[in-house]
Amino acid sequence: MNKTYKIEVDCANCAAKMEEAAKNTEGVANATVSFMTQKMKVEFAEGADEKAVMKSVLKACKKVEPDCEIEF
Amino acid sequence: MTKKQKKVLIRIIVAFVLLIVLAFLPIEGWLSFVLYMIPYFIIGYDILRKAVLGIVHGEVFDENFLMAVATVGAICLGDYSEGVAVMLFYQIGELFQSYAVGKSRKNISALMDIRPDYANIEVDGKLEQVDPDEVEVGSIIIVQPGEKVPIDGKVIEGNSTLNTSALTGESVPRDVGVGDEIISGCVNMSGLLKIQTSKAFGESTVSKILDLVENSSMKKSRSENFISKFAKIYTPAVCYGAVALAVLPPLVRMLFLNMEPAWSDWVFRALTFLVISCPCALVISIPMSFFGGIGGASKCGILVKGSNYLEALSETSYVVFDKTGTLTEGVFKVNKVFPETEKIAVWKKQEETAEEYLLTMAALAESYSSHPISKSLKEACQKELDTTLVSDIEEIAGHGVTAKIDGREVAVGNAKLMQKLRIPFVECKEPGTIVYAALENEFIGSILIADVTKKNAKNAIASLKQNGVKKTIMLTGDNKNVAEAVGKELGLDEIHSELLPADKVSLVEKFLEEKDAKSKLAFVGDGINDAPVLTRADIGIAMGAMGSDAAIEAADVVLMDDDPAKLALAIRISRKCLRIVYQNIVFALVVKGLCLVLGALGIANMWAAIFADVGVMVIAVLNAMRALNTKKLV
Repeated sequence: MNKTYKIEVDCANCAAKMEEAAKNTEGVANATVSFMTQKMKVEFAEGADEKAVMKSVLKACKKVEPDCEIEF
Repeated sequence: MTKKQKKVLIRIIVAFVLLIVLAFLPIEGWLSFVLYMIPYFIIGYDILRKAVLGIVHGEVFDENFLMAVATVGAICLGDYSEGVAVMLFYQIGELFQSYAVGKSRKNISALMDIRPDYANIEVDGKLEQVDPDEVEVGSIIIVQPGEKVPIDGKVIEGNSTLNTSALTGESVPRDVGVGDEIISGCVNMSGLLKIQTSKAFGESTVSKILDLVENSSMKKSRSENFISKFAKIYTPAVCYGAVALAVLPPLVRMLFLNMEPAWSDWVFRALTFLVISCPCALVISIPMSFFGGIGGASKCGILVKGSNYLEALSETSYVVFDKTGTLTEGVFKVNKVFPETEKIAVWKKQEETAEEYLLTMAALAESYSSHPISKSLKEACQKELDTTLVSDIEEIAGHGVTAKIDGREVAVGNAKLMQKLRIPFVECKEPGTIVYAALENEFIGSILIADVTKKNAKNAIASLKQNGVKKTIMLTGDNKNVAEAVGKELGLDEIHSELLPADKVSLVEKFLEEKDAKSKLAFVGDGINDAPVLTRADIGIAMGAMGSDAAIEAADVVLMDDDPAKLALAIRISRKCLRIVYQNIVFALVVKGLCLVLGALGIANMWAAIFADVGVMVIAVLNAMRALNTKKLV
């Protein structure tokens, strides 16, 4: 399953860090962050619960960039 | 400016005023420290907070950490005003950068803003604006002059002219009337149109295109990947370098040179070193250049599905074309008319030319046939045919027709028909389909019907060559005669004819093997039954794809209108974009490298360091914005 979320992030380097953090979250098969469009595209692993996974993605992202936001 | 940016601006002003006031106050020692801490925390509290959070989360080497260490270090060394000023200057730079980036982002997004905000539906005789997402397939929507067509559909009432420039980059208006299919994203220019929708908003052309362009920055190019990898190694390396710079030289001085260690000097140099090192200029300006390039291209009606394809496009040196529909119109038209002038002179009216007479006779004889050839004959006549003149039509399968026109016997068909009727004729050797005509058993001329090459095709090939494309190749299922003629006319380097779709794939695979790894092979087709080749080539380019879903799916680059000249333009846009990317990489690395060396030597101070960080970034961002401008390339 693929889903795209709107995000808020201030710098390109932070966006890159968020991408890395999201990729390493359990339940995420792959993730890409576009700083330019302020969007995060998440490819969920088989059978993952979207809401729960996104919660931990947000947590992981907050860790690397305290100011970021993800709408889900 | 956003709310966040305004807040930072206010903090900058307050801290700046306080700093000036403090500079004129005669204070010293602890009091001075405490007073300077007020502007320091006003301007830097968020940076310090993030730096602490970063350490807590194990993310040590970020800019916030660098700034915190640099300024706290300066304060510890007793340089209170310098510590505050550096933080202040950093925030000014960050603000300027975030403003510039935000503005550029908006500029690019505005270019691609073809999203319709609403659709009009009629409720009890009144127009109501609704969200296009809520309009069901088959509903009737109304598009007023000046509005965008929100959803694909069919015109059921009204006539108008549509401006398709947002989709194709061409500003040639298109006339539409009842029964015409129209696609979303066009702007209605003159009359009121009632449209029955044929797709949901999400499935409509405009949504598909927006989706494609917005997601294009998700597909990262090699240069982008290089930079993210580079940043991962670079930042820790610089940090260790800074630690070494702070510790090693004083130790060496102390232990081996018998000199004063000068700790504060070296620590300060190390801090400067840290500020210079931020990789942001690279990290931001490169995706931004690609985004600008993709945005500029889409303004010209060229959709590029990812930065990686834009990069590949700039390295194109082999272009393989499909013939029909790509280099040629794909419709059969009367190409040339060869009348037997002397014979026709006996029959024709004064005001007619021999060509007109021949065409009219042929078209009349074929007027009751539904064969594509009769259609092209009728089209070429450019006047209403008086079909009441025609009688006794007889179709001879595989040969042609005979008929009586105005009482005279006319035979129109291929060479076999002439042979069958034993009429001596002059054979025409041009490639294409030849129609021979006879009147009262006498040959009056032949008409060449062929697929005509596109108006711009020849220029397109020539300009590809000018842009450094090494080889242009044409593949076609058509017969050798026709293929050679088209290939020669357009100036292609290699022509392969009489191919089945599977042959095209294996030929393209052969070319891919033969070429060197650095140059890329592009395949250009019209998206109809060449999807396998489109996916196999390094870059699959679909042409004239306006509204064709299959082509948009299969291709990497989509030319919205069917003008082959757009191809060279796409290559030029990609080259410009890549040039900007390399300029930015080199510029940022050179300035940073230089400043790092100067910082280590103690020549560059903190101010130069902040320029190397923020100034370089702003310049790189401004340079990246140039990728958006494609006007000069057209």
